[in-house]
Amino acid sequence: MNKRHEHLQHMHLNYVKQLTREKRFVRLTQLVIFVSFFAFWEIATSRHWIDPLIFSSPGRVWNMFLVRIQDGSLLTHASVTLFETVLGFILGTALGTILAAILWWSPFLTRVLDPYLVVLNSMPKVALGPILIVALGPGMQSIIAMGVLISVIITTIVVYNAFKGVDHNYLKVIQSFGATKQQSFFSVILPASYPTIISTLKVNVGLSWVGVIVGEFLVSKQGLGYMIHYGFQVFNFTMVMLALLIIAVLATCMYQLVEFLERKLIHKHQV
Amino acid sequence: MAFLELNKVEKTFFSKETLTEAIRDINFSVDEGEFISIIGPSGCGKTTLLSLISGLILPTKGSIKLDGREIKKPTPETGYMLQQDYLFPWLSIEKNITLGLKTMGKLSNKTKKHALYLLREMGLGDKAKNYPNELSGGMRQRVALVRMLSTDPKLLLLDEPFSALDYQTKLKLEDLVFSTIREHKKTAILVTHDIGEAIAMSDRVIMLSDRPGTIQRIFHIPEELKSRLPFEARNHSLFNKSFQEVWKELESLEQTS
Ligand SMILES: Nc1ncnc2c1ncn2[C@@H]1O[C@H](COP(=O)(O)OP(=O)(O)O)[C@@H](O)[C@H]1O
Ligand SMILES: [Mg+2]
Repeated sequence: MNKRHEHLQHMHLNYVKQLTREKRFVRLTQLVIFVSFFAFWEIATSRHWIDPLIFSSPGRVWNMFLVRIQDGSLLTHASVTLFETVLGFILGTALGTILAAILWWSPFLTRVLDPYLVVLNSMPKVALGPILIVALGPGMQSIIAMGVLISVIITTIVVYNAFKGVDHNYLKVIQSFGATKQQSFFSVILPASYPTIISTLKVNVGLSWVGVIVGEFLVSKQGLGYMIHYGFQVFNFTMVMLALLIIAVLATCMYQLVEFLERKLIHKHQV
Repeated sequence: MAFLELNKVEKTFFSKETLTEAIRDINFSVDEGEFISIIGPSGCGKTTLLSLISGLILPTKGSIKLDGREIKKPTPETGYMLQQDYLFPWLSIEKNITLGLKTMGKLSNKTKKHALYLLREMGLGDKAKNYPNELSGGMRQRVALVRMLSTDPKLLLLDEPFSALDYQTKLKLEDLVFSTIREHKKTAILVTHDIGEAIAMSDRVIMLSDRPGTIQRIFHIPEELKSRLPFEARNHSLFNKSFQEVWKELESLEQTS
Protein backbone atom coordinates (compact mmCIF):
# COMPACT_ATOMS: atom_id res chain seq x y z
CA MET A 1 0.00 0.00 0.00
CA ASN A 2 2.69 2.42 1.08
CA LYS A 3 4.83 1.45 -1.83
CA ARG A 4 1.97 2.04 -4.20
CA HIS A 5 1.41 5.46 -2.73
CA GLU A 6 5.07 6.33 -3.14
CA HIS A 7 4.94 5.22 -6.70
CA LEU A 8 1.91 7.42 -7.41
CA GLN A 9 3.59 10.37 -5.77
CA HIS A 10 6.61 9.86 -7.89
CA MET A 11 4.45 9.79 -11.00
CA HIS A 12 2.71 12.98 -9.94
CA LEU A 13 6.07 14.67 -9.44
CA ASN A 14 7.09 13.67 -12.93
CA TYR A 15 3.84 14.96 -14.30
CA VAL A 16 4.37 18.36 -12.66
CA LYS A 17 7.93 18.46 -13.95
CA GLN A 18 6.69 17.73 -17.45
CA LEU A 19 4.17 20.55 -17.21
CA THR A 20 6.85 23.02 -16.08
CA ARG A 21 9.12 21.90 -18.86
CA GLU A 22 6.42 22.41 -21.49
CA LYS A 23 5.58 25.83 -20.12
CA ARG A 24 9.23 26.86 -20.17
CA PHE A 25 9.54 25.71 -23.76
CA VAL A 26 6.52 27.78 -24.81
CA ARG A 27 7.95 30.87 -23.07
CA LEU A 28 11.33 30.32 -24.69
CA THR A 29 9.81 30.02 -28.15
CA GLN A 30 7.84 33.20 -27.59
CA LEU A 31 11.02 35.01 -26.58
CA VAL A 32 12.89 33.70 -29.61
CA ILE A 33 10.15 34.95 -31.96
CA PHE A 34 10.16 38.35 -30.23
CA VAL A 35 13.91 38.80 -30.40
CA SER A 36 14.19 37.44 -33.96
CA PHE A 37 11.50 39.80 -35.16
CA PHE A 38 13.36 42.88 -33.95
CA ALA A 39 16.74 41.47 -34.94
CA PHE A 40 15.49 40.71 -38.44
CA TRP A 41 13.90 44.15 -38.67
CA GLU A 42 17.17 45.80 -37.65
CA ILE A 43 19.34 43.73 -39.98
CA ALA A 44 16.93 43.92 -42.91
CA THR A 45 16.84 47.69 -42.80
CA SER A 46 20.55 48.20 -42.19
CA ARG A 47 21.37 45.98 -45.17
CA HIS A 48 18.67 47.67 -47.24
CA TRP A 49 16.74 44.44 -47.90
CA ILE A 50 13.74 46.56 -47.03
CA ASP A 51 13.53 50.33 -47.34
CA PRO A 52 14.55 51.94 -44.00
CA LEU A 53 12.75 55.13 -45.01
CA ILE A 54 9.46 53.25 -44.94
CA PHE A 55 10.08 50.60 -42.31
CA SER A 56 12.42 52.56 -40.06
CA SER A 57 14.37 50.31 -37.69
CA PRO A 58 14.35 49.30 -34.02
CA GLY A 59 17.47 51.39 -33.39
CA ARG A 60 15.91 54.50 -34.81
CA VAL A 61 12.65 53.91 -33.01
CA TRP A 62 14.55 53.44 -29.77
CA ASN A 63 16.51 56.65 -30.27
CA MET A 64 13.38 58.59 -31.00
CA PHE A 65 11.76 57.01 -27.96
CA LEU A 66 14.60 58.31 -25.75
CA VAL A 67 14.49 61.79 -27.29
CA ARG A 68 10.73 62.06 -27.03
CA ILE A 69 10.73 60.83 -23.48
CA GLN A 70 13.27 63.45 -22.54
CA ASP A 71 11.43 66.36 -24.12
CA GLY A 72 8.25 65.05 -22.52
CA SER A 73 6.25 65.05 -25.76
CA LEU A 74 5.74 61.28 -25.84
CA LEU A 75 4.28 61.28 -22.37
CA THR A 76 1.83 64.01 -23.38
CA HIS A 77 0.74 62.20 -26.51
CA ALA A 78 0.38 58.87 -24.77
CA SER A 79 -1.50 60.23 -21.78
CA VAL A 80 -3.90 62.23 -23.95
CA THR A 81 -4.78 59.16 -25.99
CA LEU A 82 -5.00 56.92 -22.96
CA PHE A 83 -7.31 59.38 -21.22
CA GLU A 84 -9.59 59.58 -24.27
CA THR A 85 -9.67 55.83 -24.67
CA VAL A 86 -10.39 55.04 -21.03
CA LEU A 87 -13.12 57.65 -20.92
CA GLY A 88 -14.65 56.47 -24.21
CA PHE A 89 -14.51 52.91 -22.98
CA ILE A 90 -16.12 53.61 -19.62
CA LEU A 91 -18.79 55.89 -21.06
CA GLY A 92 -19.55 53.49 -23.91
CA THR A 93 -20.01 50.54 -21.58
CA ALA A 94 -21.95 52.46 -18.95
CA LEU A 95 -24.20 54.16 -21.49
CA GLY A 96 -24.79 50.89 -23.33
CA THR A 97 -25.75 49.15 -20.09
CA ILE A 98 -28.09 51.97 -19.09
CA LEU A 99 -29.73 51.93 -22.52
CA ALA A 100 -30.12 48.16 -22.23
CA ALA A 101 -31.79 48.64 -18.83
CA ILE A 102 -34.21 51.16 -20.33
CA LEU A 103 -35.06 48.75 -23.13
CA TRP A 104 -35.63 45.95 -20.61
CA TRP A 105 -37.89 48.26 -18.65
CA SER A 106 -40.09 49.16 -21.58
CA PRO A 107 -40.99 46.43 -24.07
CA PHE A 108 -42.87 49.09 -26.03
CA LEU A 109 -39.72 51.16 -26.48
CA THR A 110 -37.79 48.02 -27.45
CA ARG A 111 -40.20 47.28 -30.26
CA VAL A 112 -40.19 50.87 -31.44
CA LEU A 113 -36.40 51.22 -31.39
CA ASP A 114 -35.58 47.80 -32.80
CA PRO A 115 -35.13 48.82 -36.49
CA TYR A 116 -33.12 51.91 -35.50
CA LEU A 117 -30.76 49.80 -33.42
CA VAL A 118 -30.28 47.43 -36.33
CA VAL A 119 -29.41 50.29 -38.67
CA LEU A 120 -27.10 51.98 -36.18
CA ASN A 121 -25.38 48.71 -35.43
CA SER A 122 -24.71 47.92 -39.08
CA MET A 123 -23.44 51.45 -39.71
CA PRO A 124 -19.64 51.85 -39.76
CA LYS A 125 -19.46 54.28 -36.87
CA VAL A 126 -16.18 55.93 -37.92
CA ALA A 127 -17.96 57.20 -41.03
CA LEU A 128 -19.88 59.48 -38.69
CA GLY A 129 -16.62 61.15 -37.64
CA PRO A 130 -16.96 64.28 -39.76
CA ILE A 131 -20.48 64.86 -38.46
CA LEU A 132 -19.29 64.53 -34.88
CA ILE A 133 -16.55 67.04 -35.50
CA VAL A 134 -18.94 69.53 -37.02
CA ALA A 135 -21.38 69.03 -34.16
CA LEU A 136 -19.00 68.92 -31.21
CA GLY A 137 -16.05 70.92 -32.52
CA PRO A 138 -12.61 69.72 -33.53
CA GLY A 139 -11.46 68.86 -30.04
CA MET A 140 -11.21 66.16 -27.48
CA GLN A 141 -15.01 65.90 -27.12
CA SER A 142 -15.31 64.62 -30.67
CA ILE A 143 -12.59 62.03 -30.16
CA ILE A 144 -14.13 60.73 -26.94
CA ALA A 145 -17.54 60.73 -28.58
CA MET A 146 -16.08 58.57 -31.32
CA GLY A 147 -14.74 56.13 -28.72
CA VAL A 148 -18.18 56.00 -27.13
CA LEU A 149 -20.15 55.78 -30.35
CA ILE A 150 -18.23 52.84 -31.65
CA SER A 151 -19.00 50.66 -28.61
CA VAL A 152 -22.31 51.89 -27.25
CA ILE A 153 -24.75 50.30 -29.70
CA ILE A 154 -23.22 46.86 -29.68
CA THR A 155 -23.02 47.01 -25.86
CA THR A 156 -26.70 47.93 -25.71
CA ILE A 157 -27.68 45.02 -27.91
CA VAL A 158 -25.51 42.42 -26.22
CA VAL A 159 -26.39 43.45 -22.66
CA TYR A 160 -30.09 43.77 -23.48
CA ASN A 161 -30.07 40.23 -24.81
CA ALA A 162 -28.36 39.07 -21.63
CA PHE A 163 -31.05 40.81 -19.56
CA LYS A 164 -33.75 39.16 -21.59
CA GLY A 165 -32.06 35.77 -21.43
CA VAL A 166 -32.15 35.55 -17.64
CA ASP A 167 -34.13 32.49 -16.57
CA HIS A 168 -37.69 33.62 -15.82
CA ASN A 169 -37.90 31.32 -12.84
CA TYR A 170 -35.41 33.48 -10.91
CA LEU A 171 -37.83 36.35 -11.50
CA LYS A 172 -40.72 34.20 -10.29
CA VAL A 173 -38.84 33.49 -7.07
CA ILE A 174 -38.43 37.14 -6.26
CA GLN A 175 -41.85 38.14 -7.56
CA SER A 176 -43.44 35.58 -5.27
CA PHE A 177 -42.02 37.72 -2.47
CA GLY A 178 -43.85 40.69 -3.98
CA ALA A 179 -40.82 42.28 -5.66
CA THR A 180 -41.27 45.52 -7.59
CA LYS A 181 -39.88 45.84 -11.10
CA GLN A 182 -36.96 47.81 -9.69
CA GLN A 183 -36.17 45.09 -7.16
CA SER A 184 -36.41 42.46 -9.86
CA PHE A 185 -33.91 44.39 -11.94
CA PHE A 186 -31.32 45.03 -9.27
CA SER A 187 -31.65 41.71 -7.43
CA VAL A 188 -31.94 39.38 -10.39
CA ILE A 189 -31.48 40.80 -13.87
CA LEU A 190 -28.35 42.84 -13.25
CA PRO A 191 -26.35 40.36 -11.14
CA ALA A 192 -27.31 37.48 -13.41
CA SER A 193 -25.92 39.47 -16.36
CA TYR A 194 -22.59 40.48 -14.80
CA PRO A 195 -20.60 37.90 -16.78
CA THR A 196 -21.96 39.27 -20.06
CA ILE A 197 -21.33 42.86 -19.07
CA ILE A 198 -17.75 42.04 -18.15
CA SER A 199 -17.18 40.25 -21.43
CA THR A 200 -18.47 43.28 -23.33
CA LEU A 201 -15.87 45.29 -21.39
CA LYS A 202 -13.19 43.21 -23.05
CA VAL A 203 -14.59 43.81 -26.52
CA ASN A 204 -15.07 47.50 -25.79
CA VAL A 205 -11.42 47.99 -24.85
CA GLY A 206 -10.48 47.15 -28.43
CA LEU A 207 -13.33 49.15 -29.95
CA SER A 208 -12.52 52.30 -27.98
CA TRP A 209 -8.94 52.24 -29.25
CA VAL A 210 -10.21 52.11 -32.81
CA GLY A 211 -12.61 55.00 -32.23
CA VAL A 212 -10.06 57.20 -30.52
CA ILE A 213 -7.22 56.61 -32.99
CA VAL A 214 -9.51 57.32 -35.95
CA GLY A 215 -10.80 60.38 -34.11
CA GLU A 216 -7.26 61.62 -33.67
CA PHE A 217 -6.50 61.01 -37.35
CA LEU A 218 -9.32 63.37 -38.16
CA VAL A 219 -8.94 66.29 -35.77
CA SER A 220 -6.30 66.17 -33.18
CA LYS A 221 -3.11 68.09 -32.59
CA GLN A 222 -2.11 65.64 -29.88
CA GLY A 223 -2.13 61.97 -29.15
CA LEU A 224 -0.75 58.75 -30.56
CA GLY A 225 -3.22 58.77 -33.45
CA TYR A 226 -2.00 62.24 -34.28
CA MET A 227 1.63 61.00 -34.17
CA ILE A 228 0.77 58.31 -36.70
CA HIS A 229 -1.10 60.69 -38.94
CA TYR A 230 1.56 63.41 -38.73
CA GLY A 231 4.44 60.96 -39.16
CA PHE A 232 2.75 59.63 -42.28
CA GLN A 233 2.31 63.09 -43.74
CA VAL A 234 5.92 64.19 -43.21
CA PHE A 235 7.18 60.73 -44.16
CA ASN A 236 8.65 60.11 -40.71
CA PHE A 237 7.93 56.43 -40.33
CA THR A 238 10.06 56.12 -37.22
CA MET A 239 7.44 58.23 -35.53
CA VAL A 240 4.64 56.03 -36.90
CA MET A 241 6.37 52.87 -35.66
CA LEU A 242 7.03 54.38 -32.24
CA ALA A 243 3.36 55.32 -31.87
CA LEU A 244 2.28 51.86 -32.99
CA LEU A 245 4.52 50.15 -30.45
CA ILE A 246 3.29 52.39 -27.64
CA ILE A 247 -0.32 51.66 -28.62
CA ALA A 248 0.40 47.93 -28.61
CA VAL A 249 1.82 48.13 -25.09
CA LEU A 250 -0.94 50.35 -23.68
CA ALA A 251 -3.82 48.42 -25.28
CA THR A 252 -2.40 45.17 -23.93
CA CYS A 253 -2.07 46.62 -20.43
CA MET A 254 -5.65 47.87 -20.53
CA TYR A 255 -6.91 44.48 -21.69
CA GLN A 256 -4.99 42.73 -18.91
CA LEU A 257 -6.46 45.16 -16.39
CA VAL A 258 -9.98 44.31 -17.56
CA GLU A 259 -9.20 40.62 -17.29
CA PHE A 260 -7.96 41.19 -13.78
CA LEU A 261 -11.18 43.05 -12.99
CA GLU A 262 -13.14 40.18 -14.46
CA ARG A 263 -11.53 37.73 -12.08
CA LYS A 264 -12.20 40.08 -9.17
CA LEU A 265 -15.77 40.98 -10.03
CA ILE A 266 -17.28 37.78 -11.29
CA HIS A 267 -17.92 35.62 -8.37
CA LYS A 268 -16.31 32.26 -8.80
CA HIS A 269 -19.64 30.72 -7.88
CA GLN A 270 -21.55 32.33 -10.69
CA VAL A 271 -22.37 29.68 -13.24
CA MET B 1 -65.43 30.39 5.65
CA ALA B 2 -62.51 28.37 4.39
CA PHE B 3 -58.94 29.63 4.42
CA LEU B 4 -58.48 29.26 0.68
CA GLU B 5 -61.39 29.13 -1.72
CA LEU B 6 -61.29 28.48 -5.45
CA ASN B 7 -64.51 29.19 -7.26
CA LYS B 8 -65.02 28.18 -10.92
CA VAL B 9 -61.40 28.94 -11.68
CA GLU B 10 -60.37 28.81 -15.32
CA LYS B 11 -57.10 29.67 -17.01
CA THR B 12 -56.44 29.92 -20.71
CA PHE B 13 -53.10 31.01 -22.14
CA PHE B 14 -53.20 33.10 -25.27
CA SER B 15 -50.54 33.53 -27.88
CA LYS B 16 -50.72 34.87 -31.41
CA GLU B 17 -51.19 31.47 -33.00
CA THR B 18 -52.72 29.37 -30.27
CA LEU B 19 -54.89 29.34 -27.23
CA THR B 20 -54.19 26.80 -24.51
CA GLU B 21 -56.89 25.98 -22.03
CA ALA B 22 -54.84 24.83 -19.05
CA ILE B 23 -57.48 24.37 -16.35
CA ARG B 24 -61.24 24.60 -16.28
CA ASP B 25 -63.93 24.79 -13.65
CA ILE B 26 -61.79 24.21 -10.58
CA ASN B 27 -63.69 24.39 -7.31
CA PHE B 28 -62.26 23.46 -3.96
CA SER B 29 -61.47 24.95 -0.62
CA VAL B 30 -58.74 24.37 1.90
CA ASP B 31 -59.00 24.82 5.66
CA GLU B 32 -56.31 26.37 7.75
CA GLY B 33 -53.69 23.78 8.74
CA GLU B 34 -54.70 21.33 6.05
CA PHE B 35 -52.22 19.54 3.83
CA ILE B 36 -53.46 19.05 0.26
CA SER B 37 -51.76 17.21 -2.56
CA ILE B 38 -52.53 17.71 -6.23
CA ILE B 39 -51.75 14.93 -8.65
CA GLY B 40 -52.52 14.36 -12.28
CA PRO B 41 -50.98 13.58 -15.67
CA SER B 42 -48.13 15.82 -16.74
CA GLY B 43 -49.22 18.96 -18.53
CA CYS B 44 -52.66 18.90 -16.91
CA GLY B 45 -52.20 22.29 -15.31
CA LYS B 46 -50.83 21.57 -11.83
CA THR B 47 -48.12 24.23 -11.99
CA THR B 48 -50.61 26.64 -13.51
CA LEU B 49 -52.95 26.06 -10.59
CA LEU B 50 -50.20 26.80 -8.05
CA SER B 51 -49.11 29.93 -9.95
CA LEU B 52 -52.71 31.13 -9.85
CA ILE B 53 -52.97 30.58 -6.11
CA SER B 54 -49.63 32.34 -5.61
CA GLY B 55 -50.93 35.41 -7.45
CA LEU B 56 -48.13 35.36 -10.02
CA ILE B 57 -50.73 34.91 -12.75
CA LEU B 58 -54.42 35.76 -12.74
CA PRO B 59 -57.32 33.47 -13.67
CA THR B 60 -59.16 34.04 -16.93
CA LYS B 61 -62.41 33.42 -15.06
CA GLY B 62 -63.51 32.66 -11.53
CA SER B 63 -62.11 33.77 -8.21
CA ILE B 64 -59.47 32.68 -5.74
CA LYS B 65 -59.88 33.95 -2.22
CA LEU B 66 -57.38 33.73 0.60
CA ASP B 67 -58.80 34.59 4.03
CA GLY B 68 -61.81 35.99 2.22
CA ARG B 69 -59.79 38.38 0.06
CA GLU B 70 -59.42 37.97 -3.66
CA ILE B 71 -55.82 37.28 -4.73
CA LYS B 72 -54.69 39.88 -7.27
CA LYS B 73 -50.92 39.73 -6.84
CA PRO B 74 -48.39 37.82 -4.71
CA THR B 75 -49.02 38.38 -1.03
CA PRO B 76 -46.76 37.86 1.99
CA GLU B 77 -49.23 35.24 3.27
CA THR B 78 -48.22 32.85 0.50
CA GLY B 79 -44.87 31.15 0.00
CA TYR B 80 -44.11 29.52 -3.32
CA MET B 81 -41.47 26.90 -3.98
CA LEU B 82 -40.83 26.28 -7.66
CA GLN B 83 -40.22 22.95 -9.32
CA GLN B 84 -36.46 23.45 -8.97
CA ASP B 85 -34.69 25.25 -6.16
CA TYR B 86 -33.64 28.30 -8.21
CA LEU B 87 -31.24 29.49 -5.55
CA PHE B 88 -29.35 32.53 -6.80
CA PRO B 89 -25.88 31.24 -7.65
CA TRP B 90 -24.26 34.63 -7.01
CA LEU B 91 -25.54 34.84 -3.43
CA SER B 92 -24.33 32.95 -0.38
CA ILE B 93 -26.78 30.61 1.35
CA GLU B 94 -27.34 33.22 4.05
CA LYS B 95 -28.15 35.87 1.42
CA ASN B 96 -30.36 33.41 -0.41
CA ILE B 97 -32.50 32.56 2.60
CA THR B 98 -32.94 36.21 3.54
CA LEU B 99 -33.86 37.23 -0.02
CA GLY B 100 -37.59 37.25 0.72
CA LEU B 101 -37.15 39.26 3.91
CA LYS B 102 -34.99 41.78 2.10
CA THR B 103 -37.44 42.09 -0.79
CA MET B 104 -40.32 42.65 1.59
CA GLY B 105 -38.31 45.17 3.60
CA LYS B 106 -38.54 42.97 6.67
CA LEU B 107 -34.86 42.19 7.10
CA SER B 108 -33.78 42.88 10.66
CA ASN B 109 -31.44 41.25 13.11
CA LYS B 110 -34.34 39.31 14.54
CA THR B 111 -35.76 37.98 11.27
CA LYS B 112 -32.27 37.12 10.03
CA LYS B 113 -31.61 35.17 13.21
CA HIS B 114 -34.85 33.33 12.69
CA ALA B 115 -33.88 32.44 9.11
CA LEU B 116 -30.54 31.11 10.32
CA TYR B 117 -32.35 29.17 13.02
CA LEU B 118 -34.52 27.53 10.36
CA LEU B 119 -31.40 26.71 8.40
CA ARG B 120 -29.95 24.96 11.46
CA GLU B 121 -33.25 23.16 11.92
CA MET B 122 -32.79 21.77 8.42
CA GLY B 123 -29.36 20.53 9.41
CA LEU B 124 -27.51 23.14 7.36
CA GLY B 125 -26.31 25.48 10.08
CA ASP B 126 -22.72 25.23 8.91
CA LYS B 127 -23.53 26.13 5.29
CA ALA B 128 -24.58 29.77 5.74
CA LYS B 129 -21.39 31.13 4.19
CA ASN B 130 -21.29 28.61 1.34
CA TYR B 131 -22.61 29.10 -2.16
CA PRO B 132 -25.39 27.07 -3.84
CA ASN B 133 -23.05 25.25 -6.22
CA GLU B 134 -21.19 23.81 -3.23
CA LEU B 135 -24.33 22.01 -2.00
CA SER B 136 -25.97 18.77 -3.05
CA GLY B 137 -29.44 18.66 -4.61
CA GLY B 138 -31.11 17.68 -1.34
CA MET B 139 -29.34 20.45 0.57
CA ARG B 140 -30.31 23.03 -2.03
CA GLN B 141 -33.92 21.96 -1.81
CA ARG B 142 -33.82 22.40 1.96
CA VAL B 143 -32.31 25.88 1.51
CA ALA B 144 -35.14 26.74 -0.88
CA LEU B 145 -37.56 25.58 1.78
CA VAL B 146 -35.91 27.83 4.38
CA ARG B 147 -36.01 30.73 1.91
CA MET B 148 -39.76 30.25 1.65
CA LEU B 149 -40.34 29.74 5.38
CA SER B 150 -38.19 32.71 6.45
CA THR B 151 -40.90 35.23 5.59
CA ASP B 152 -43.36 33.24 7.68
CA PRO B 153 -46.11 32.68 5.11
CA LYS B 154 -49.30 30.97 6.22
CA LEU B 155 -49.92 29.10 2.98
CA LEU B 156 -47.14 27.06 1.40
CA LEU B 157 -47.20 26.09 -2.26
CA LEU B 158 -44.79 23.30 -3.18
CA ASP B 159 -44.34 22.35 -6.81
CA GLU B 160 -42.83 18.86 -7.07
CA PRO B 161 -40.16 19.76 -4.53
CA PHE B 162 -38.66 16.28 -4.38
CA SER B 163 -38.88 15.19 -8.00
CA ALA B 164 -35.23 15.85 -8.84
CA LEU B 165 -33.86 14.00 -5.81
CA ASP B 166 -32.72 10.43 -5.34
CA TYR B 167 -35.17 8.14 -3.58
CA GLN B 168 -33.45 8.02 -0.20
CA THR B 169 -33.03 11.79 0.02
CA LYS B 170 -36.62 12.20 -1.07
CA LEU B 171 -37.96 9.96 1.70
CA LYS B 172 -35.91 11.80 4.32
CA LEU B 173 -36.98 15.20 3.06
CA GLU B 174 -40.63 14.18 3.02
CA ASP B 175 -40.43 13.51 6.74
CA LEU B 176 -38.52 16.71 7.39
CA VAL B 177 -40.87 18.91 5.38
CA PHE B 178 -43.93 17.21 6.83
CA SER B 179 -42.84 17.71 10.44
CA THR B 180 -41.64 21.26 9.80
CA ILE B 181 -44.98 22.20 8.28
CA ARG B 182 -46.89 20.55 11.12
CA GLU B 183 -44.73 22.16 13.75
CA HIS B 184 -45.16 25.64 12.31
CA LYS B 185 -48.89 24.99 11.76
CA LYS B 186 -48.85 25.90 8.09
CA THR B 187 -51.37 25.18 5.40
CA ALA B 188 -49.77 23.46 2.43
CA ILE B 189 -50.55 22.53 -1.14
CA LEU B 190 -48.15 20.04 -2.66
CA VAL B 191 -47.99 19.19 -6.34
CA THR B 192 -46.48 15.80 -7.06
CA HIS B 193 -46.61 13.04 -9.62
CA ASP B 194 -45.80 10.43 -6.97
CA ILE B 195 -49.00 8.79 -5.71
CA GLY B 196 -47.24 7.39 -2.65
CA GLU B 197 -45.90 10.78 -1.70
CA ALA B 198 -49.34 12.37 -2.05
CA ILE B 199 -50.91 9.76 0.22
CA ALA B 200 -48.11 9.71 2.76
CA MET B 201 -47.97 13.46 3.21
CA SER B 202 -51.44 14.86 2.91
CA ASP B 203 -54.93 14.97 4.37
CA ARG B 204 -56.63 15.12 1.00
CA VAL B 205 -55.50 14.29 -2.51
CA ILE B 206 -57.00 16.19 -5.41
CA MET B 207 -56.66 14.46 -8.74
CA LEU B 208 -56.84 16.50 -11.92
CA SER B 209 -57.91 15.12 -15.28
CA ASP B 210 -55.99 15.57 -18.51
CA ARG B 211 -55.69 19.05 -19.97
CA PRO B 212 -57.75 21.10 -19.60
CA GLY B 213 -57.43 20.06 -15.98
CA THR B 214 -60.66 19.64 -14.09
CA ILE B 215 -61.07 17.96 -10.73
CA GLN B 216 -61.32 14.26 -11.43
CA ARG B 217 -61.73 13.10 -7.88
CA ILE B 218 -60.86 14.05 -4.33
CA PHE B 219 -59.51 11.34 -2.02
CA HIS B 220 -59.74 11.59 1.73
CA ILE B 221 -56.79 9.98 3.44
CA PRO B 222 -57.61 7.82 6.50
CA GLU B 223 -56.91 9.33 9.90
CA GLU B 224 -54.31 6.65 10.71
CA LEU B 225 -52.12 7.76 7.81
CA LYS B 226 -52.68 11.49 8.21
CA SER B 227 -51.17 11.64 11.67
CA ARG B 228 -48.06 9.59 10.89
CA LEU B 229 -44.78 10.74 9.43
CA PRO B 230 -44.68 10.04 5.68
CA PHE B 231 -42.12 7.27 6.05
CA GLU B 232 -44.22 5.50 8.66
CA ALA B 233 -47.39 6.07 6.66
CA ARG B 234 -45.79 4.41 3.65
CA ASN B 235 -45.25 1.30 5.79
CA HIS B 236 -48.73 1.30 7.32
CA SER B 237 -51.15 -1.49 6.43
CA LEU B 238 -53.76 0.99 5.17
CA PHE B 239 -51.32 2.66 2.80
CA ASN B 240 -51.61 0.06 0.10
CA LYS B 241 -55.38 0.26 -0.04
CA SER B 242 -55.31 4.01 -0.60
CA PHE B 243 -52.55 3.59 -3.11
CA GLN B 244 -54.56 1.07 -5.13
CA GLU B 245 -57.58 3.34 -5.08
CA VAL B 246 -55.68 6.33 -6.43
CA TRP B 247 -53.73 4.19 -8.87
CA LYS B 248 -56.90 2.74 -10.41
CA GLU B 249 -58.41 6.17 -10.90
CA LEU B 250 -55.24 7.42 -12.57
CA GLU B 251 -55.19 4.32 -14.79
CA SER B 252 -58.78 4.90 -15.89
CA LEU B 253 -57.79 8.46 -16.77
CA GLU B 254 -55.02 7.26 -19.00
CA GLN B 255 -57.26 4.71 -20.73
CA THR B 256 -59.90 7.22 -21.70
CA SER B 257 -57.41 9.62 -23.15
N1 LIG C 1 -47.07 30.70 -19.74
C1 LIG C 1 -47.67 29.80 -20.52
N2 LIG C 1 -48.03 30.12 -21.79
C2 LIG C 1 -48.67 29.22 -22.57
N3 LIG C 1 -48.96 27.98 -22.20
C3 LIG C 1 -48.64 27.59 -20.97
C4 LIG C 1 -47.97 28.48 -20.06
N4 LIG C 1 -47.76 27.82 -18.88
C5 LIG C 1 -48.27 26.58 -19.09
N5 LIG C 1 -48.81 26.44 -20.32
C6 LIG C 1 -49.48 25.26 -20.85
O1 LIG C 1 -50.50 24.89 -19.94
C7 LIG C 1 -50.55 23.48 -19.79
C8 LIG C 1 -50.38 23.11 -18.33
O2 LIG C 1 -49.05 23.35 -17.93
P1 LIG C 1 -48.51 23.10 -16.45
O3 LIG C 1 -49.40 23.81 -15.51
O4 LIG C 1 -47.08 23.46 -16.41
O5 LIG C 1 -48.69 21.53 -16.32
P2 LIG C 1 -48.17 20.53 -15.19
O6 LIG C 1 -47.46 21.34 -14.14
O7 LIG C 1 -49.36 19.83 -14.69
O8 LIG C 1 -47.23 19.57 -15.87
C9 LIG C 1 -49.46 22.90 -20.68
O9 LIG C 1 -50.06 22.49 -21.88
C10 LIG C 1 -48.55 24.06 -20.91
O10 LIG C 1 -47.94 23.97 -22.17
MG1 LIG D 1 -45.47 21.31 -13.45
